[in-house]
Amino acid sequence: MTRLNILIVDDELGMRLAVARALEHFSITLPEVEGPVEFNITQAGTGEEALELLEKGPVDILLLDHKLPGISGLDVLSEMAERKIDCLTVMITAYASLDTAVAATKRGAYDFLAKPFTPDELKATVRKMAKHLVLQREARKLAEEKRQVRFQLISVVAHELKAPIGAIEGYLYLLRDKPAGNDLAAYDKAIDRSITRLQGMRKLITDLLDMTRIESGQKKREITPVDFREVVQNAIDTAAPEANARGIAINFPPGEAPVLWADRGEIEIIANNLLTNAVKYNRDGGRVDVTLCVDGERLVFAVADTGIGLTKDEAAKLFQDFVRIKNKKTKDIMGSGLGLSIVKKIAQIYGGDVAVQSEPDVGSTFTVTLRQDQTPPEAPAGSADGQPTQA
Amino acid sequence: MEPNTKTVLVVDDDHDYLTQMQMRLEAAHYRVLTADSEKEAEELLAQTRPDLAVLDLMMENMDAGFVLCHRIKKMDPKIPVILVTAVSAETGLDFEAATPHEKSWMKADVLLTKPVRFEQLQREIDRLLKA
Repeated sequence: MTRLNILIVDDELGMRLAVARALEHFSITLPEVEGPVEFNITQAGTGEEALELLEKGPVDILLLDHKLPGISGLDVLSEMAERKIDCLTVMITAYASLDTAVAATKRGAYDFLAKPFTPDELKATVRKMAKHLVLQREARKLAEEKRQVRFQLISVVAHELKAPIGAIEGYLYLLRDKPAGNDLAAYDKAIDRSITRLQGMRKLITDLLDMTRIESGQKKREITPVDFREVVQNAIDTAAPEANARGIAINFPPGEAPVLWADRGEIEIIANNLLTNAVKYNRDGGRVDVTLCVDGERLVFAVADTGIGLTKDEAAKLFQDFVRIKNKKTKDIMGSGLGLSIVKKIAQIYGGDVAVQSEPDVGSTFTVTLRQDQTPPEAPAGSADGQPTQA
Repeated sequence: MEPNTKTVLVVDDDHDYLTQMQMRLEAAHYRVLTADSEKEAEELLAQTRPDLAVLDLMMENMDAGFVLCHRIKKMDPKIPVILVTAVSAETGLDFEAATPHEKSWMKADVLLTKPVRFEQLQREIDRLLKA
């Protein structure tokens, strides 16, 4: 239940009582809020008294008579603006003069109620005010949440970039000061680690850009028929050097070559991320099994590794932004914490999803399903030029 | 290695930092032991008595540095301990080990804030080991 505070300001006692009586047991339901919205009514007979009450407690809706014995309703509005008192004001006026209306609107009044009015007219106005307030609050809450998410993202990114900079800086100082003398081989590790940390930074930045493009929907998506098998093969070729160096075999048995109406870049991101991970988190001498098949309307792409695996808890949060599973086994593996969340976002664009099945120290299988329509996928809003050209 | 070589234990979960410390301290003729977790440090401490310890405050557990610090002081209160922390930058908390009272509850001899310049750390190590 929501309660809104209404302050009625009128010098006529009869008027105040009539309003209070009309609204006392009045309640409304709005689709935007759970439960009924009800009202607390307080009264003031003069503008001065009204200002005192406005200062004291929160007033959501102010029903303000223009003609008052001391300061006028317009004066109250000016004073409220001065004191930065924020509430939704309805001016009550006996003679609906245009001048008063313009002046009141300029000073922040939201609506008017002409005297005399019926209880139903009053209730209709209050309902309108309440709806406006609820929507306004909802919008503010959303904006605030968005702001918080953005701040959080910035602070995580800043932290993730600061760490490798610190490490590389330390290595550069080391190379400058040459504590091991002129034995160049003694500095190999410093150089290798600097390169690794720089690569990690580059990957983070690339992933951030990918994520921003996907989430903003501003990237020009080029929807064409994509040979999924070819994209996977390319991703395997990209991962091959590291796999070979660590004795990891990548198997991709021949099979059907599904064609998907898609943005090739997006499909490449999915394939590259899963293949790189399968090698990165594998054990030396392990294997990676890649399968691609069509299951009715769905295209299923699975990558199984024989790596470190995940616990149930770890698997549950794996696809969120900036989640990196931190443990002894992953300590020295570089990652942005964005790859899998990007994979998930892209999969969802294609009406699909990504799932993981895993057992610690045995391995993980990541399965991406994408909707394979006969018709090209609908381009999301903001990419009008995503229309396919008939191949 | 010289017979009077002092042993410095460095504990930090950042491997790059450990690598850098090790190279630098070895060049300064210290014997260096490194550990990347509270657990590994405990294991080392069960076998060896370092002459000085440089501990990162926040590792997998928020207070790993404090815990290790207490453990070392219990082993031998004369072993100097340097606590290194990025806590101010990460949490906005502010603390120092300047007054005797602060030193007594923290048990550390010196508290340094990351990023630590190596020259500064070495100065503190030299001073504490000479005393």
